[in-house]
Amino acid sequence: MNISMRLSGLEPFNIADDTLFVNVGERTNVTGSARFKKLIKEEDYEAALEVARQQVEAGAQVIDVNMDEGLIDAERVMVTFLNLMASEPDISRVPVMIDSSKWEVIEAGLKCIQGKGIVNSISLKEGEEKFIEHAKLVMRYGAAVVVMAFDEKGQADTKDRKIEICTRAYNVLTEVVGFPPEDIIFDPNIFAIATGIDEHNNYAVDFIEATREIKRTLPHAKVSGGVSNVSFSFRGNNPVREAIHSVFLYHAINAGMDMGIVNAGQLAIYEDLPKDLRDKVEAVVLNTSDTGTEDLLAIANDYLGDGKQKENTQDLEWRSWEVNKRLAHALVKGITEFIEVDTEESRLAAEKPLHVIEGPLMDGMNVVGDLFGSGKMFLPQVVKSARVMKKAVAYLMPYIEEEKEVGDTNGRILMATVKGDVHDIGKNIVGVVLQCNNYEVVDLGVMVPAETILKEAIAHNCDLIGLSGLITPSLDEMVYLAKEMERQGVEMPLMIGGATTSKVHTALKIEPNLLKDQVVHVPDASRAVGVAQNLLSQTNKAGFVNGVRDEYERIRVERAKHGKVHKTAEIKKARANKVALDWSAFTPDKPRFLGLKNFDNYDLAKLVERIDWTPFFSAWELAGRYPRILEDKVVGEEASKLFAEGQAMLSKIVEEKWLEARGVIGFFPANSVGDDIEVYADESREQVVHTLHNLRQQDLKKGTQPNYCLSDYIAPKDSGKADYIGGFAVTAGHKIEAKIAEFEAQHDDYQSIMLKVLADRLAEAFAEHMHERVRKEFWAYEEDEELDNDSLIRERYRGIRPAPGYPACPDHTEKATLWEMLKPDENAGMSITESFAMLPTAAVSGWYYAHPNSRYFSVTRIQQDQVIDYAERKGLDLMSTERWLAPILGYDV
Amino acid sequence: MNKSEQLKSLMAERILILDGAMGTMIQRHKLEEEDYRGERFADWESPLKGMNDLLVLSQPDIIAGIHREYLDAGADIIETNNFNATASDLARYNLQDYAYELNVAAAKLARGCADEFSTDDKPRFVAGVLGPNQKTASVSVDVNDPGARAISFNELVEDYSLATRGLIEGGADIILIETIFDTLNAKAAVFAVKTVFEQDLTSQGKVELPIMLSGTITDASGRTLTGQVTEAFYNSLRHAKPVSVGLNCALGPDDLRQYVAELSRVAEGCVSAHPNAGLPNELGEYDLTPGEMAEHIEEWAQSGFLNIVGGCCGSSPDHIRAIANAVANIQPRAIKS
Repeated sequence: MNISMRLSGLEPFNIADDTLFVNVGERTNVTGSARFKKLIKEEDYEAALEVARQQVEAGAQVIDVNMDEGLIDAERVMVTFLNLMASEPDISRVPVMIDSSKWEVIEAGLKCIQGKGIVNSISLKEGEEKFIEHAKLVMRYGAAVVVMAFDEKGQADTKDRKIEICTRAYNVLTEVVGFPPEDIIFDPNIFAIATGIDEHNNYAVDFIEATREIKRTLPHAKVSGGVSNVSFSFRGNNPVREAIHSVFLYHAINAGMDMGIVNAGQLAIYEDLPKDLRDKVEAVVLNTSDTGTEDLLAIANDYLGDGKQKENTQDLEWRSWEVNKRLAHALVKGITEFIEVDTEESRLAAEKPLHVIEGPLMDGMNVVGDLFGSGKMFLPQVVKSARVMKKAVAYLMPYIEEEKEVGDTNGRILMATVKGDVHDIGKNIVGVVLQCNNYEVVDLGVMVPAETILKEAIAHNCDLIGLSGLITPSLDEMVYLAKEMERQGVEMPLMIGGATTSKVHTALKIEPNLLKDQVVHVPDASRAVGVAQNLLSQTNKAGFVNGVRDEYERIRVERAKHGKVHKTAEIKKARANKVALDWSAFTPDKPRFLGLKNFDNYDLAKLVERIDWTPFFSAWELAGRYPRILEDKVVGEEASKLFAEGQAMLSKIVEEKWLEARGVIGFFPANSVGDDIEVYADESREQVVHTLHNLRQQDLKKGTQPNYCLSDYIAPKDSGKADYIGGFAVTAGHKIEAKIAEFEAQHDDYQSIMLKVLADRLAEAFAEHMHERVRKEFWAYEEDEELDNDSLIRERYRGIRPAPGYPACPDHTEKATLWEMLKPDENAGMSITESFAMLPTAAVSGWYYAHPNSRYFSVTRIQQDQVIDYAERKGLDLMSTERWLAPILGYDV
Repeated sequence: MNKSEQLKSLMAERILILDGAMGTMIQRHKLEEEDYRGERFADWESPLKGMNDLLVLSQPDIIAGIHREYLDAGADIIETNNFNATASDLARYNLQDYAYELNVAAAKLARGCADEFSTDDKPRFVAGVLGPNQKTASVSVDVNDPGARAISFNELVEDYSLATRGLIEGGADIILIETIFDTLNAKAAVFAVKTVFEQDLTSQGKVELPIMLSGTITDASGRTLTGQVTEAFYNSLRHAKPVSVGLNCALGPDDLRQYVAELSRVAEGCVSAHPNAGLPNELGEYDLTPGEMAEHIEEWAQSGFLNIVGGCCGSSPDHIRAIANAVANIQPRAIKS
């Protein structure tokens, strides 16, 4: 088991050795924030809580609370503030860092928090006895601890002193007190550099090098520090300060620094710093030049204000336009840089803040809507426009709330991914497009039960419900929701979308259940606005609904006719026409190992080259095959831009480890018995530990075409041949939530969607890459295979990896067996929902078949004789089996 | 081998059985006000009906009878009958001055019964219970002041320290902090227990008692009353170094399963569960039969979630017997190290 620092608020927060840098929010600190100090002195706790809330929203993973100020009764105020925080779930979900130089204040704070927090700090300043006494109590209260590099002689400034004190403290804590080493955080003191005093020049280096040594020699201990100290001498010049923080952190994190007290919302990105500034800052931080401080001072004033502004003046002609034209331009071009300044200017000129939204901003979005509608703008651009709009609206919200105005929208739409399903890229895209067209969207997120959807739709007085789902069991959930709407008498229209949904399913299964209002299937995001407009229009609705009803009725009639014509074979006959393989002439290869193999923290760089880019473009609703799509006359330019931005984010994902890939594979002795596959405990093949159930095609075949079934590719038990089956579950989606939360806090749907799309691609690439290793290394039946990526994508290799829920084995419930065999919960941190959707969402799982003749095929329109037999084999009742197999049943239930 | 080591080595061998509901069994006796009072409290100033903890003094034979029924059903560990016996809870009956005596008596009574049934092959253990306390340290009692609290951490530490001393004096083998719905209350209990251990045991050269923890997920939201999810709950109390951590009460086995699974995933020591026998029906009765409950528990055990299992509200000796039979031949959950 990983040894982690296991903190908690309402939610757990575990810091393992491989956890990315942890941001501790610093704004709820009276010594660091003049504003917070003022709020606390005036006992304006409501506003003070707002400061805490904003930090969590900006991505702070721990909240530092400090009340040390001469004129404040720190103990009383600490208790009051922590108790108030406890009643705010969106703040108290993260752990608290109780920050004080007074032990009484710390102890009072520890008595208020139910989660596992951090004490900041204790030290050897008053000698070992006091240190031990405090450490024991911290442990008994159940907190982690920050230890300052401070001893009887004073605060450590050099690398050697820092290491000496931290090592001594570590030994006392672990050997005398029995303190868990994973709960110790050292703060080896960050001091200001570039102060003009030569002795200070090496302070950053001292910290960085001490950190490296502490991480190397003191197992499981963490390193933290107050980052803003380092740039203290540049106060008043924030761009340079942020550059110093960013460069300092870049090197300190590389040396092993785990966490820091930072302003989470305000960190510059190392690579984004102007090169000249970065070089000069680096010379100062790393103390590589005798004239470093002077050199930095010489250029510092050039960066006062926004450092980047000077670089692209040539493109900035539009900045001289009238403000509302500037807003429209920013919206159409997706430029966020000046949006707050321009929104403010427009607000001051407007009579009411709401008019800015209803006037210039909506005008700009209408242009975007028109361009998108006429095919002159594409989805990625629209999502960027929406990001600008969201930022502008977020900026105006406090003013609007102050005046308690309510804006006019085209309607309020509830969006949700249904229960059991976790996929939300499509839903988020539709949400953005609708918002661009002035619909208010109430987004309930993923895995939302029907009851919640209906309750919230009524509570928010919504005009329309939009449902999304990607996996087949979601179809049933949508049918259920329609029935519930009818039963509860919820009268509003319903929009259905998502990969497995279809017009046919909507017409056959959903519409007949929903009589009071209309359901409409929406095939892609660009149609959502048109459908919503029609459904919510007083004048058009009746005509539109009649048209839809006629169309769905036609589909039902067609389907009824078609169903009768379709010729099928009895299951007995289909089995007689199985794939004929000569098992006497073929000996299956034995995998190099039997049992499971885990892959933790898999190198993402290895997956990049295996990415199949075509689905990347279709996720953004740009149609065409990669790489031809980049040259396409219509979408080529936008596709190229999207591709470049995708590539840029991809390299950050890899370099900065935004995502973590994990997986598990396994091989098992197996033989087929009819359409089932028996999996055995060991090579003696005496004990059956799992049975895999497969379905067989039942269409009436012409000529020599067999009725395919996956078990045909595994040697039958009576053939006497020892055969094997493999399984895999891989994901590239660990850690994605933190980054998504960060983007969402910045109202940046574009990056959020981009990251999810790329994570999906990486997961698919992982599956492809792993299959290659299986063929060459682990099952090793094709050690000499040499194929390029295109051939891999076109599946020109031996063996298949079909996934439960996909055409060759369409029954999702078989994933449960796969999960029992591979235990991906424990081995790869992957779980499945009640509808067998995988979490993390960016994941692929399936079976490995190695027979040279094995191929993909599709099982559809199966008949009841097979389903009855199948239900019996699985030990399920017919009704629930038919429910799971609904999408592939060839008869009406 | 002392009791603590004995318990740990048994837990590595098989799934241990905890007893079932006490309240449900007491209800069957249909006790009236005068039964609760007995001789000693015949003239008590306030009503005592429903004060189940007092029965260890006023009706010890009834409580001992219930302990014996559970021991007979196969319980390895029985819980003392003192769920509300802290001074602040007892104050509602003006019984605050009896806190220590009640805890001593509850532990002694269970100790005697356990010793009657204990054999070398199947030693029986007494878990001295520290209940949740009716007042919570991290929830406001005043709608107009979210910072207000009905009880402080210090008061809780004082209450729990006294109760712990009583349980040790009465002969408990284990301290079981259970039905935790406010983790801060439980942190106060842990603080008290650890302090008492240091003052009364380790400084005298005696060994600490093992600590068992059991939280309560209050409803389908999957959180404790004070809002923590299962893993956050575990992280908050990991410092107690409990011999086991688990979940009990509030939910029946079908709803509780996912959280026991989660705990089994995150916990480093042993995992326990004692669910209710379903959810109360409209008459306030629990519907799950012994067979139905055992079926759920058997599946949990087979899934490798459990080291200790028993029942909470609505369960009876029949439930415990069925559960004990169902898990008898199933390996306990492997301990992660």
